[in-house]
Amino acid sequence: MNDDLGLPISHGRRLWLYTVGALVLLFLIVPSLIIVPMSFSGSTLLQFPPESWSLRWYEAYFQSVEWRDATIVSLKAAVLTTMVATPIGVAAAYALNSGALRLAGFINAVLTASLIIPVILIGIGTFFLYARIGLNNTLTGLVLAHTVQALPLVVLTVLSGFRSYDMNQERVARSLGAGRLAAFWQVTVPQIRFSIVSGALFAFITSFDEVVVSLFISGGETTTLTRRMFSALRDQIDPTIAAISTCLILLSVVLFSAAQLFGRKR
Amino acid sequence: MSAAPADLPDRGGLNADVLSADARREALALLGLCSPGIVLVGIIIVLPIGWLFWLSLFDETGMLSGANYARVVEQASYVRTFITTFEVAFIVTGLCVLLGYPLAYMLSQLPRRAASICLIFVILPFWTSVLVRTYAWLVILQRKGLLNTWLMDLGVISQPLPLAHNFTGVLIGMTHILLPFLVLPLYASMKAIDADYLRAAMNLGAPPTATFWQIFFPLSLPGLAAGVVIVFILCLGFFVTPALMGGGKVIMWAMRMEQTTSLYSNWGAGSALGVVLLAVTLGLLGVFRWLLGARATSAWGAR
Repeated sequence: MNDDLGLPISHGRRLWLYTVGALVLLFLIVPSLIIVPMSFSGSTLLQFPPESWSLRWYEAYFQSVEWRDATIVSLKAAVLTTMVATPIGVAAAYALNSGALRLAGFINAVLTASLIIPVILIGIGTFFLYARIGLNNTLTGLVLAHTVQALPLVVLTVLSGFRSYDMNQERVARSLGAGRLAAFWQVTVPQIRFSIVSGALFAFITSFDEVVVSLFISGGETTTLTRRMFSALRDQIDPTIAAISTCLILLSVVLFSAAQLFGRKR
Repeated sequence: MSAAPADLPDRGGLNADVLSADARREALALLGLCSPGIVLVGIIIVLPIGWLFWLSLFDETGMLSGANYARVVEQASYVRTFITTFEVAFIVTGLCVLLGYPLAYMLSQLPRRAASICLIFVILPFWTSVLVRTYAWLVILQRKGLLNTWLMDLGVISQPLPLAHNFTGVLIGMTHILLPFLVLPLYASMKAIDADYLRAAMNLGAPPTATFWQIFFPLSLPGLAAGVVIVFILCLGFFVTPALMGGGKVIMWAMRMEQTTSLYSNWGAGSALGVVLLAVTLGLLGVFRWLLGARATSAWGAR
């Protein structure tokens, strides 16, 4: 359907629809937004709007060694996951897109399996496996598990980027004497780079926000931010978490905007 | 690239062997490109789940038996978990349909610019941590939370309403997190409905209500079904929100798995739960594919 539907229904008669739709949108967005002003509260009570303002909960966040270490672990894991998942995902998407791959449907299903398999099963499974090969509570184990979860998003994003790209361009470059890698790097990559960046951003946020698998396989010195937040939420609701949440919301807005920007250029 | 020579008309004879060898090499190279991903998924997902499946076939004494699966069906606490899980899944899916359908419908009817602005509010939650959103609901709904404080200040209620750390809290939190999963496929299918059908119906004298129910609604059903299946499946394996907002009273499938393996170290029983969960998930997806495949082809034939 296009901008103007041309249907003989006035906006007035649609008022109820717009009202319901707007209320549902508010339901989706307002709870997270309420956290932001509350994180600047001056008191230990969670009030909205806060009666006094301060940065004490941000100080509590940045000055706590535990929270800071957990944040660093999460950032490291997310950066490494992005660096591992993106090339693997791009390579797989390239092969899947070629159309010359036998069993392409099966391979696609394997690579995107982690979207369908219940996360709790992946968590228990990796914990069980890592216990035998000594990867629990290690950054390596965390990155491998997160890579598997980020892979489907990279593959799907890059595949959709390939859809608006004509592979013949790469063939032309190769027939003109460019090597395979050179043709891919100089002709194909510049044209699908926005979907590659979107895929990489997806991988980053998938790893950074991952909760369930991290609950099982991270701990000790490699406790992730999400794991520490989960435990903190089970015990008591400390306004420090409001400050951390606000930082996370800011991060997701930045990454989301970047993905939108790159997505539009595609 | 091998695809190009293969497209040429077959000249038979001399080059056939060379071309097929080239095609084989090409296919092998492409498989090589996929292999890091496949190997990783094989080691991190397939191997452990296969291992767990193997474990679930043995009882505590190490004998091959169906005891773990029998217990899942017989033991009252497990049965209660399943009932709770399906109860939550049905109600949350229903709530998502009730809230999501009008939203997706509105989005599909708005001009493109307005729709893409509204869509931001649907997609942004995808990028926001589940923990942050669950925390927000805890702050709003708990005993001394925002909602209870406001309602008591306004004099609407005298006692705080029990909204968090119980069944209600789980429902609200999960509906909030899963709603975008229903809205996005539904919106996509609504955008694909040809407005000419609606114009034709109205031209022929159908009032807007009849046009909606007889033309638009049936055409939006495949998208709705896709959203419903996704939300339902995600509900069955959901962990974070029920664990944090259930107050220990709402034990769902995933939580039972976590308790059985981490708390009681009963890997056989926990694995059996996992295997059944995976089977139900894949079964639902299979049925959905089968049904929708049939519907899609029948609709195609009718045109």
